[in-house]
Amino acid sequence: MADGWWPFRAQVRETVMDALFDQKLMAALFFSAGYNTTLVTIGAALLGASAGAVGAFMMLRKRSLVSDAISHATLPGLALAFIVMALATGDGRFMPGLMLGAALSAWLGLLALEWVTRRTRLTEDVAIGAVLSVFFGLGVTLLTVIQVMDTGRRAGIGGFLLGSTAGMLRSEAELIAVAAALCGVAVYVLRRPFTLVSFDPAYAATQGISVRMTDLALLALALIVTVIGLKVAGLVLIVALTILPPVIARFWTNRPGRLPLIAAAVGAFSAYAGAVISSLGPGLPTGALIVLVSFAVFVVSLVFSPLRGLLAGQMEMLALRARVHERQGLLAMARDEPVYDRMTLRVLRRAGFIRADGVPTPAGHAAAKAAQREETLWSLYRRLFPDEAAAGGYHGLTPINDALPSDIVRDLEARVAVH
Amino acid sequence: MLDSVKPLRVVGAGQTPPAGERAAHDVDSPLAITGLTVSYGGKPALLSVDFTVPAGAMVAIVGPNGAGKSTLIKAALGIVPRIAGEVRVFGAPVERAMARIAYVPQRASIDWDFPATVIDVVSMGFYRRLGLLRLAGNRYRQKALDCLERVGMAAFAARQIGQLSGGQQQRVFIARALAQDADLYILDEPFAGVDAVTERAIVAVLKDLQARGKTIICVHHDLGTVQDYFDHVLLLNVRRIASGPVAETFTPAKLQETYGGRLVAVQGAGA
Repeated sequence: MADGWWPFRAQVRETVMDALFDQKLMAALFFSAGYNTTLVTIGAALLGASAGAVGAFMMLRKRSLVSDAISHATLPGLALAFIVMALATGDGRFMPGLMLGAALSAWLGLLALEWVTRRTRLTEDVAIGAVLSVFFGLGVTLLTVIQVMDTGRRAGIGGFLLGSTAGMLRSEAELIAVAAALCGVAVYVLRRPFTLVSFDPAYAATQGISVRMTDLALLALALIVTVIGLKVAGLVLIVALTILPPVIARFWTNRPGRLPLIAAAVGAFSAYAGAVISSLGPGLPTGALIVLVSFAVFVVSLVFSPLRGLLAGQMEMLALRARVHERQGLLAMARDEPVYDRMTLRVLRRAGFIRADGVPTPAGHAAAKAAQREETLWSLYRRLFPDEAAAGGYHGLTPINDALPSDIVRDLEARVAVH
Repeated sequence: MLDSVKPLRVVGAGQTPPAGERAAHDVDSPLAITGLTVSYGGKPALLSVDFTVPAGAMVAIVGPNGAGKSTLIKAALGIVPRIAGEVRVFGAPVERAMARIAYVPQRASIDWDFPATVIDVVSMGFYRRLGLLRLAGNRYRQKALDCLERVGMAAFAARQIGQLSGGQQQRVFIARALAQDADLYILDEPFAGVDAVTERAIVAVLKDLQARGKTIICVHHDLGTVQDYFDHVLLLNVRRIASGPVAETFTPAKLQETYGGRLVAVQGAGA
């Protein structure tokens, strides 16, 4: 038997095949795995979309890490709510109650953060670290209290740490879906104030926008998204839902209107895929799977983004190299100097500026003349406006008409004509 | 010279302004500042500044570093809190007249890596008019392009703002101010770090605005061009040293008073 050397091989293959063609996976992917699973995956997708959109503005406002403080600060409230409800009713797992507790303590955490940054000389990153660890420490301590409590139903709180959609109730999924959808609507309505305040708070203030209220609204939305996402993604990992999708979106757009939309799409996809995969087996942590899916999207974006991807950067470098060789070759031609560099010759030949035997073509002569004009104008520009040239990163390889406003080009040409 | 605390007074119709301001004062002045005081942590950045801008003027705010030039316009616009003083714009409290003001902040205060293209930044000038829900359609896109055309930047509409040089960034900010279609333009160092051709282009746009009856106020640092560009000047050094038409106010004696011993150095640097 070929499998003899490794007895598990057939079994592994079977498992992989099973997973790929699993009815459960297909069913979950296409919303036909029963009402509850469908509801949970839709809820997760809506949550992912809202978290992505809110996170986009948190990133633009340079406060992404505040959501980390928010999520960790939910734990003491979560634990306290559990304890109170367990003592009062014998069951601490009522989700709206837990969410309320989580929201209250996260709000306290935000107040502490705000107070530290405004009233002391400590910077926001320090305040975030302090609030995050103190609240989380308090929460963990309260969790040990729950452990020794005489209630047999403490399992419900574990899902909040790492996220678990497995045993989610229908009412819970509905609550998450509705709240996430409302958050999404709120972000859409507030997109202009959010954009203005992130870009330039001083200017925003002159546009009839209250910077403080706008910031508060953004924080409140981040808090709501965090609290409703606790059960899905878990409080340790929920921050990834507000950070990774915007970072991914930034790879694909330079426009403030599109960034939140792309972030929302990425968030929805990651959360949806994570929820589907975790529904396949017991104990698969939803939050971790969501993070892994979005990380995969991140890696793809990092490599393939046309705006800031590694591949695009490499291509740009190659294009720059070709441009440098072309320019050097054309300038040499204009001065009637011989060209020996193989790369230069190849570039010139491919552009049709020289024939196979190295003799310049008419197009080559014209291009050489144009290159000389570019070079003259650029060097004049560099001499007249050295700061501008350095700040703009203009080294004369961009066509001057593309790089400078036409009145400046005309001014340069007039000066050249005089000399 | 010691400024005592000013008695409270209400500027309104029918009230007589103090003697020094009587000629220039106008309840419908584009910008009338009285007793403006701002402090950063116990140290006054501005002290009891009175300043009235005549309608249709082009005003330079001039003074040494740390004189409170930027602070003055920020406090007037409510960006920086004031601990005393009153600001009226076209006769109304500034808070209610913000729609008539276009503010051009300092270029240095911006994160230029922000995901925004040139036309996105210009479109921000429409946000107030659009409110929360109205969609910005093609009409606004065309308007934004028109504003860019006026500063020679229409060809750059799709460029990410970080790819522009300093002068180009400043042109985009001017275009955004034009998009606001305001009556009072307040610019913070519009010529700082800007090439000479761009400076000329911006001055031409500002003079054109003035010709259409708009009022322009610039924080300005180049003493050598004050007389060419502006018709009014405010000399500021925490207190108001002098203000009025350039011909009467921009005198060596008043400049000496404004800059103190530093004037020689300033002129040396400007030459």
